[in-house]
Amino acid sequence: MASLFIASFVIFAALYLAPGNPVAALSGGRPLPPGSIRVLDQRYHLNEPFLAQYWYWLDNALHGNLGISITLRENVSTLIASRIWTTAGLVLYASVIIVVLGVGAGIASGLRPGRLDTSTLVVTAISAAIPAFVAAIGLIVVFAVKLRWFPALGNGTGFLSNIRHFTLPAVALAVASLAIVARVTRAAVREESDREHVQTAVSRGIPARHVIWRHIVRNAAIPITTITGITIASLIAVAAVVETAFSLNGLGAYLVQAAQSKDIAVVQGISLVLVTAFVVVNLLMDVLYAALDPRVTLGSQPR
Amino acid sequence: MAPAPSRGLALLRATGPAGIASAIVLVVAAFAAVFGPLLAPYDPNLPNLSLAWVGPVGGHLLGYDFEGRDVLSRLLAGAQTTMLGPLAAVVISVPAGTLLAVTAAWRRGASDAVISSSLNILFTFPAILLALLAAAVFGASLVAAVLALSAAYTPYVARVLRGAALKERTQAYVAALEVQGAPATSVCLRHLIPNIAPLIVAQATILFGYAMVDLAAISFLGLGVQPPTANWGVMISENQAGLLQGYPLPALAAGACIVLVVIAVNVLGERLFEQARVARR
Repeated sequence: MASLFIASFVIFAALYLAPGNPVAALSGGRPLPPGSIRVLDQRYHLNEPFLAQYWYWLDNALHGNLGISITLRENVSTLIASRIWTTAGLVLYASVIIVVLGVGAGIASGLRPGRLDTSTLVVTAISAAIPAFVAAIGLIVVFAVKLRWFPALGNGTGFLSNIRHFTLPAVALAVASLAIVARVTRAAVREESDREHVQTAVSRGIPARHVIWRHIVRNAAIPITTITGITIASLIAVAAVVETAFSLNGLGAYLVQAAQSKDIAVVQGISLVLVTAFVVVNLLMDVLYAALDPRVTLGSQPR
Repeated sequence: MAPAPSRGLALLRATGPAGIASAIVLVVAAFAAVFGPLLAPYDPNLPNLSLAWVGPVGGHLLGYDFEGRDVLSRLLAGAQTTMLGPLAAVVISVPAGTLLAVTAAWRRGASDAVISSSLNILFTFPAILLALLAAAVFGASLVAAVLALSAAYTPYVARVLRGAALKERTQAYVAALEVQGAPATSVCLRHLIPNIAPLIVAQATILFGYAMVDLAAISFLGLGVQPPTANWGVMISENQAGLLQGYPLPALAAGACIVLVVIAVNVLGERLFEQARVARR
């Protein structure tokens, strides 16, 4: 919570220091009569000290008011609200792919040394090196242009159409993380299966299914959760790249446009939302830890 | 304190065939990064719209891009910004992270607490987000992106090295040197840091891969290297229209270059980490 507060301060301070006159930005560069400048100064607290301005901004932000976009002349909160589900849906879809395929492939190849394992290692070594935007263009060429299975651009309307439109972006977003999760999962499963208590359980004739789930996977769950949490949290920022590549109107793509046009209120608002999401995902991971590992208690400071 | 070349070669040999193959890819890439503009067979920035999207023909192995520029020449020239940018981010963040880690481990107590908690705040900013913020504040440029990425990577370096430095700090030789009255800086510079050097090198290698991906992504978004400067990330975004029009080669060629170099960096970094772990046992 404290780090979120400080992060909000950093976001505000960085953009406060950005060169450019806020009055000129509000007027779109037109010269204004002194009376209007005074009104603007007053309405946006432009003449007050820096800390007071930060306080007004934070207070407003907590009440859902993030200011007005100078390029679109609309409430930043409204603009964010209309785009947030695109980003959330994309990250969620990619997370499901990562958990199902990444953890699944990791467990399978960790339990069965041999050809499957070797090929998983090679495939993941390659796909871990494919950045999301390179994956995006590859997927567009193969699945949108050549095979025509999925659309190349846009959000789509309606649930099924959304799923179709989001499939390639979600895969592009997941490719590299999927490989990292699979590799870490494999290593964790392999390490646990070499433990003495597993050998003991096997030699005592405990059914393989029981050994795999209760003795191996349950113990490997902690490193697996750690890496899955870290990679899913990192998707929140990388989504900007994927949304731009596929012309999805999500928060990330909008942040990129706002950064290009120096739409400060939008950059501040979206950064705040993304950092909050990042912190919340990390917090959820801590909660999940406590549930998975009886030795971890919430509230204590591990490490 | 650079390791002797023979030791470097021995280290490389121990990384196995995949490690050697990766090293070869990286040497070629580094050569292109340094001499690329000189090696380019044609002017990488000379447009000729009548040749736009023309495929491979004699003398032009990879054809022409959306403005009719030679794709191979742009790839060679673009190696420079694509790889020297990440190198700069590594050269800034690894020494900064090492300094913070060693200071925290050496002094412990309050200094450690202050360093660790300020790094935790930086952790709340994903690298790409920090780079987007930097572009909004300072304008889109390679320098702003490199500085933002350096700030984002420093806590990662510091976190990995802090543990190793703490362990080293409790070694008997450190206590012995302190008893002899050796100044802290000289113990750190001459003994502690050289002893964790393999880990630092491995960390720097892995980080270079991350930096290359992030920086190419930022340039792809139009917030890093600015066109018409050749860059692999820029080449993907400027030729993206070709994907839908049936001319995917220019964008795919740039993407393939990025993937190839990053695979090589990752393989080498992973092997170096293993070496460092074995050596520390």
